[in-house]
Amino acid sequence: MAVDNRFAQDHWEKRDGESAGIRSEIVTGPVSDWTADFSHMEPEWSADPYPIQDDLRQRCPIAHTDRFGGGWLPTRYEDIAAIAADTEHFSSRSIIMGNFRPPVEIAPIGGSPPITSDPPFHHDARKLLLPAFTKTAVSRLQPATKEFCHSLIDAFEGRDVVDAAADYAQHIPMRVIADMLGFPPQDGPQFREFAKNTLEGINLPREERVTRMSALFYYLLAQVHDHLDNPRDDLTTFLINAELDGRKLEVSHVVGTMTLLLIAGIDTTWSAIGASLWHLARNPGDRRRLVAEPQLLPTAMEEFLRAYAPVTMARLVKEDMHFRGVEMKAGDWILLSYPAANRDPAQFDRADQAIIDRQINRHAAFGLGIHRCLGSHLARMELRVALEAWLERIPEFSLADPSAVAWSTGQVRGPRTLPLRIRRG
Amino acid sequence: MKVQIDVGFCQGHGRCYDLAPGLFGDDEEGYGKVLGDGVVPPEKEDDARRAALNCPEHAIGLIEGT
Repeated sequence: MAVDNRFAQDHWEKRDGESAGIRSEIVTGPVSDWTADFSHMEPEWSADPYPIQDDLRQRCPIAHTDRFGGGWLPTRYEDIAAIAADTEHFSSRSIIMGNFRPPVEIAPIGGSPPITSDPPFHHDARKLLLPAFTKTAVSRLQPATKEFCHSLIDAFEGRDVVDAAADYAQHIPMRVIADMLGFPPQDGPQFREFAKNTLEGINLPREERVTRMSALFYYLLAQVHDHLDNPRDDLTTFLINAELDGRKLEVSHVVGTMTLLLIAGIDTTWSAIGASLWHLARNPGDRRRLVAEPQLLPTAMEEFLRAYAPVTMARLVKEDMHFRGVEMKAGDWILLSYPAANRDPAQFDRADQAIIDRQINRHAAFGLGIHRCLGSHLARMELRVALEAWLERIPEFSLADPSAVAWSTGQVRGPRTLPLRIRRG
Repeated sequence: MKVQIDVGFCQGHGRCYDLAPGLFGDDEEGYGKVLGDGVVPPEKEDDARRAALNCPEHAIGLIEGT
């Protein structure tokens, strides 16, 4: 049997991650005009993006910015759905809108397949992963997830105020994905740093960003080597052995997909759990109703996903084009705001209100089109189990200090500090 | 009533098999599939409508009167 030397030091290029491509000037500071200078990296957007999106939807509805080298922000459901469906004109080769745009040549694979992949490559790369993320497959992780949630609540013993974001929500997806990838569970705090650097560090100076992204790459490479030495039944070993068209995957594909699985599952689900608890802490009527009628949870959960959708994606315009009244240039960003789509009154009745028994809810929290969140069934399982355990053990809770609630910046939005006053049941 | 899934639109969101598990299931890649011949017993017609109305990709068809 041939030795698998794909991962030997001299077989992969030392990557600074940004060797080719276009860098743009880093522009920060207050937004002067949301229609012409928008930024998802400023504090007023993080604190409350919904009034900004609602205003743009009424009077714009596709905003522009010169920041990040130029980009567009559609705010209507139908425009967002149309772009998500149109892989002919919009590329996923980078899905994080920042100051670096990878070269066209990186398509159709991209840095973290399959989320950064375009057709036709996307289909095969995604197909490899789908079986591990079906509802049936992830249901096997449910008992351990439930037990872990309860252990986090056990640790609240004797406390009147807990941080539901930092002490609870955060830990659940970190533990689940560490188990799936076969990484040491005690590395959780590092995962948090990796995710924060990737998603929130986009306006850092280039050298700093490259250094931080390299740390993630080397961490993953070390995990690959550990799995080469000690193969086991997990996603890392699966990716090392996986084949496309009869060939094992390139190193960049293996590590790129590991990056995706590690990063995509953490801040997103953390945000969804945190935002749901934030809503219930502020709305005692909804909280009491869910405690009394736990069978309503599946419907309520979908509504929290709609109203507080954590994830915004990005696309790059492939060629100069006219799109619904605006002139897009090749290489322009599209900030694909599923949260904005989910609050479009043309698509949803009482779009600005969270209605926990909403029966018809065609929300786009997990995206639309071929890039539907691979982990959506996993996220739903974690969200349901996390809320069930919390409501069962802590039926009474409220915001301990509304002014202390802090939200993340960038394309994944959720509470990062959420102090709750709790009374256990 | 009969249900069907347009496989050209289904992206595996799974709302159909969440909301109407007796009518829909998931395949080995998580895409929705119609169980059996797709004929909906009268007591499950509401479930079928809910599944169709909650599919983000509009992939579910309801054929009334069959």
